[in-house]
Amino acid sequence: MRAAVVTFPGSNCDRDLRVAMERVFARPVASLWHAETELPPLDLIGIPGGFSYGDYLRCGAIAARSPIMAEIARLARRGVAVLGICNGFQILTEAGLLPGALVRNLRLSFVCRPVRVTVVTASSPFTNAYRPGRELLLPVAHHDGNYVLEAEELARLEEEDRIAFRYLDNPNGSTADIAGVLGPGRNVLGMMPHPERACDPLHGGEDGIALFRSLLATLT
Amino acid sequence: MKARVAIRFRTGVLDPEARAIEKALANLGFTGVRGVSRTRIIELELEASDRDAAEAEVRRMSETLLANPVIETYSVTIAER
Repeated sequence: MRAAVVTFPGSNCDRDLRVAMERVFARPVASLWHAETELPPLDLIGIPGGFSYGDYLRCGAIAARSPIMAEIARLARRGVAVLGICNGFQILTEAGLLPGALVRNLRLSFVCRPVRVTVVTASSPFTNAYRPGRELLLPVAHHDGNYVLEAEELARLEEEDRIAFRYLDNPNGSTADIAGVLGPGRNVLGMMPHPERACDPLHGGEDGIALFRSLLATLT
Repeated sequence: MKARVAIRFRTGVLDPEARAIEKALANLGFTGVRGVSRTRIIELELEASDRDAAEAEVRRMSETLLANPVIETYSVTIAER
């Protein structure tokens, strides 16, 4: 397993994500700066949460156009797994690697609490260690997690079994309670909840570990 | 040359902030409001001297970065000065 986590100016979950990955993968995870354009051979790229570029213009908009993203898009098209969490999800939609967009939470407040989600599909490198329908408790912390999607796009996601997670108590107004979606090749996942913050008893839960175990089982 | 890009949500995309403004107006007694929408304006100062070329360039900027075509529409106005 060759994994790396990208840091943009304003990322703040990059270390948490690396720590969670390293614990499950039992090997070092590389750190990539957003200005890099030549990447080492990789099986998995993590795009972490935070407030890249201060959320200026639109959340994730400027990070999505930074030098490293063209290379990540190229690798994603070749099948490399890409995991975007929170701001990482926003960056992946802005980069066009995932459909839809994330806008201001419906009730306008910043939501920071554990939420219940269900695993919708186990058919992905990110979710195969979960049983479909399993309920997870994962933290969310975001202001712009309201997932907006056109009706035809939603129908396509459902038909292709590309909804990875759904909220049980929708905290942000997302279309069809969607908390995480897969790209067309199933090797790109964007999700608002933070699995890396549910990987230790001291986090208050360990429901996120199986996501990294899924990746370890698939990509090694 | 100056350009102005006006960006707004597409019809059908609910804007929670516009809805909050509408509710606040109603709470203040302004009962005749039938809808509120927000438009973001980005103004650019351009070196270009050709109006059509400038407009085409600003459209490319809008498609690439300034607007997100998934949820937003934009219009470009060029003002010579």
